[in-house]
Amino acid sequence: MKDALLKTLAGLIFGFLGAALISWIVGESPLFVMKVMFESAFGSVYNFGLSLFYATPLIFTGLSVAIAFHAGLFNIGAEGQLALGALAATCFALWFPSLSPWLGIPLALLFGAIIGGFWGWIAGWLKEKRGSHEVITTIMLNFIAAAIVSWLVTKVYQSPIVQSPETAEISEHYFIQERDPLYQIFDGAPISIALLFAIGLAIGVWVLLFKTKLGFEIRALGKSESTAEVSGISSSKVRQIAMFLAGACASFVSFAEIIGSAGKYRLGFSPEYGFMGIAVALLARNNPIGILFSAFLFGALHKGAADLDIETEFVTRDLSLVIQSLILIAVAIAIEWKKGRRA
Amino acid sequence: MIALAFFISIIRMATPLVFASLGGMFSERSGVINIALEGIMLFGAFTAAFVSLSMGKELGFVAGGLGGMSLALIYGLIVIHGRANQIVAGTAINLLAMGLIPLFLKSLYDSTGGTPSLSMDQRFSNLPILFMIIALAGAWFVMKKTSFGLNVSVAGENPEALDAAGISVILVRYQSLAVCGLLAGFGGASLSLFLASGYTRNMVAGRGFMALAALIFGKWKPVPTFLACILFGAFEAVQIRLQGAEGIPPEFLQILPYLATVLVLAGFVGKAVAPKVIGIPWKR
Repeated sequence: MKDALLKTLAGLIFGFLGAALISWIVGESPLFVMKVMFESAFGSVYNFGLSLFYATPLIFTGLSVAIAFHAGLFNIGAEGQLALGALAATCFALWFPSLSPWLGIPLALLFGAIIGGFWGWIAGWLKEKRGSHEVITTIMLNFIAAAIVSWLVTKVYQSPIVQSPETAEISEHYFIQERDPLYQIFDGAPISIALLFAIGLAIGVWVLLFKTKLGFEIRALGKSESTAEVSGISSSKVRQIAMFLAGACASFVSFAEIIGSAGKYRLGFSPEYGFMGIAVALLARNNPIGILFSAFLFGALHKGAADLDIETEFVTRDLSLVIQSLILIAVAIAIEWKKGRRA
Repeated sequence: MIALAFFISIIRMATPLVFASLGGMFSERSGVINIALEGIMLFGAFTAAFVSLSMGKELGFVAGGLGGMSLALIYGLIVIHGRANQIVAGTAINLLAMGLIPLFLKSLYDSTGGTPSLSMDQRFSNLPILFMIIALAGAWFVMKKTSFGLNVSVAGENPEALDAAGISVILVRYQSLAVCGLLAGFGGASLSLFLASGYTRNMVAGRGFMALAALIFGKWKPVPTFLACILFGAFEAVQIRLQGAEGIPPEFLQILPYLATVLVLAGFVGKAVAPKVIGIPWKR
């Protein structure tokens, strides 16, 4: 445990040092860049609320990547799963505008989860039946999902009253911002009870993975397919279930984005939450509780970098991608470090 | 005449894919999975456009290869010496390319979207097709007829034997990654200097992964892999040709190459046998 924390810390330090170096190379004071990022992420109640707002979807996508990873699968498809899942939840809200919130919101989330889960399941099924590598399949499914969503939003559900590509607004039964207890606290930052749901989901996924038979089977499959098969686990079934659950987790981004803040599906709302989920999950070593913390860190990083575009001359928000990748690299090396020495 | 034009358009669209998948072949045959192809191509596309703008297209094309090679060698350092999980590290390299390039663009051109457009004489009309055919013949020759090619396959199938023969597995893998980066970088260069005129944000658009799919479909062999790239190139050419046709939403045409990749991977990969120790770091 202490060892794992040290490695994580080493990864973080490496990531930020690398970012400082790159800032310096492009001609900006590293200290100033770090100061802008820190203030942008934590400088006010509103900014802190926005960091939490960005952290919420990352909890969902981090959990999505982690579940698949525990089953020995690499889910790069959270981006497509969340896009289709979130649009499905939006559609449900548009189809049944007058359901009571207590019925409508859970059903919309459930419908989104089924569609997002289905999109994840495709990759698991293809891997199982045809041996297709899930990394390539999920990437391709991301592009396909993006095109389907783009068509549905602009051609079928396009809001008639605005120019930008977005759906009509969902009814007040679904769009709960005005009544949201968390929204009142953060000075107007678009944070919502989706954060509480995300925390609950993380705990639920932890229980599922470490305290249930299915979770045991998922982890056994991830450790060794042959051993899992010998102990009577159907790797085929478990793999497909794991990918379905991964897609379902990603789809809950709809709670934070559609139901919690925007009230509609805006095309391109996700700043690659799906890809960021990979870094979130890895930094937490795929532990659902750890994901809560790493999602917060990457949420703050994303928010912090957002102000770089205006505050600095040469550094842009893309610096957060660089930091993420450096953290990923350092942690991936650190994980193997000791193993190498022992062998 | 129309048929000929269409055929050329297929070859054009296939060119970056062929470069990238031949590069991927060297990496994967030597035992290193290369999800990072996407980012390596992206970096190659950027360096090629950057150099072409100031020093001409020939040097630009070379710079694309060298840019790809440098990123591939960084990837090598992470997975060969660092022994990091190759899929995680590959994803990280892709993120790194996506993040670094806009930072460079911003300080070079004060825009994060791309380089300025290339003029007619800063880009190629058809020459990269010839380069691609030379690369294909070269890759085939190296893999089939040279001792280096043999070393590459043995590094991916039976590294202990290579080690026992006194040849460094690690060195062979670095060399393979250097070749891989060079070729995938040329693939990126043929995007920014040939198919498009300049670098635009995330212009590789999944082609690195398509190249991997072509590689798997081609069973990690040069000529079948080339044919798989031609197949994907055909889907892209059809997609472009049908754009603007009445009644078909452009979004549905755009997904054609991606859908084809999924279907090809699902339909034919069952019997593909990957190099034996692919993904496993070498430890003596």
